[in-house]
Amino acid sequence: MTAPPAGAVVIGASAGAFDALSAILPRLPHKFPWPVLVVVHIPPDKKSLMAELFAARCQVAVKEAEDKEPLCGGTVYFAPPDYHLLVEPDGRASLSSEEPVHFSRPSIDVLFESAADAFGPALVGVVLTGANADGAHGLRAVHDGGGTTFVQRPDTAQATMMPQEALAACPAARAMTLQEIAAYLNTVGGDA
Amino acid sequence: MTDDHIPPTKVDDVELRLLLDAIAQVYHYDFRGYSMASVKRRLSHAKERFACRSYSQLQDRVLHEPDVFPALLAFLTVQVSELFRDPAYFRAIREKVVPHLRTYPSLKVWVAGCSAGEEVYSLAILFREEGLEDRTLFYGTDINTEALRKAEAGVYELERIPLFTENHRRAGGKSSLSDYYTAAYGAARFDPSLRKRTVFSDHSLVSDQVFGEMQLVSCRNVLIYFDRNLQDRAVGLFKDALVRKGFLGLGSKESLRFNKHSEDFSEFARDEKLYQKRGDS
Repeated sequence: MTAPPAGAVVIGASAGAFDALSAILPRLPHKFPWPVLVVVHIPPDKKSLMAELFAARCQVAVKEAEDKEPLCGGTVYFAPPDYHLLVEPDGRASLSSEEPVHFSRPSIDVLFESAADAFGPALVGVVLTGANADGAHGLRAVHDGGGTTFVQRPDTAQATMMPQEALAACPAARAMTLQEIAAYLNTVGGDA
Repeated sequence: MTDDHIPPTKVDDVELRLLLDAIAQVYHYDFRGYSMASVKRRLSHAKERFACRSYSQLQDRVLHEPDVFPALLAFLTVQVSELFRDPAYFRAIREKVVPHLRTYPSLKVWVAGCSAGEEVYSLAILFREEGLEDRTLFYGTDINTEALRKAEAGVYELERIPLFTENHRRAGGKSSLSDYYTAAYGAARFDPSLRKRTVFSDHSLVSDQVFGEMQLVSCRNVLIYFDRNLQDRAVGLFKDALVRKGFLGLGSKESLRFNKHSEDFSEFARDEKLYQKRGDS
């Protein structure tokens, strides 16, 4: 088995997620060193097409996360509908059907908090567009764990509530446009 | 069941391990082989609920105040289910598994991790609709005795009934769900005759053994809370409990892919996560 990745990126998005992610995920380079875990709010009874849609458009691998799967660099993992996605301390993904958080399962907070615990300072947390308060606590946890935090500039977001709540809970987070976030992510993980 | 992979760098993690050790030694509930991310999340909620600053303080209360552990157990065991949750699963049992089950003169069905009994009642209704109920014994097991008491009672909040009804219909239900419960005072009480062939009992997939020979084992959204070693143990128990060609049903995002016993099963209905024990294992 390969060693757990040195760091990770976690992204949360809700209303307007597809367009926002379209400005970021396809720009990740083929050799992106870290895993990227993404929670998008989707109705529980729907089969999510996110992984399929982005797989065709990205240079990195894209898939739906499976329980206890070791996380690998250069791969985007989407949380499956109706399950929370968490990161285990040993760098594996795990799923949970615990209660929804902020009416959401998967929940951004649940992913971000567990990832902050597993990766500490080697974590980048990104909150994008959404009409919900999910992600605010989680982003704060990323910051408190020493990680780097970004929020989509509310005036550029399709839905402003989620970025605004995230900035209120985590004032140290940097507000940036999608293009700036994508450019930053290209520098992540050094030359690894 | 060890968790050597947790680096003891953070005081929090050390305290968490000590708390789980204490619970295992004193109360014989062993959560040390569970998925730590989820356990930690639930215990951090418990820490707030019991107004403790640290896991050490929570440990002190758990060990010295008799009321605390039963309440803590409710935090540690996930209890989220529905009647006919994931209707496609029950439809596949009805359409694909039942024809095989009909060939047995008597049947045993084990719902492992049955929580408040939703899945046991679902299967009892399905088996009644298919004319198999009279020859079947159902076992519903869980580690949470409070949940088992709810399962025995078979009473659910009335507001959950529309969802249960819709699930039952989508699962290919041949009758009306309202035939099986009576509504009163905001609650739906399921027909006690549905459980006259059911044994609810306390059983741990961590520490207990196999107790019967089953044709069908259903264990959904339980393995995701276990680490790899514990998943191997649980599936080993299911393998030993099943007759040759017996069936194992898992949750919609669970699989035997990373499991030690995957070779002992074949995929029976891939999308619905139904497996069949191989005839030669």
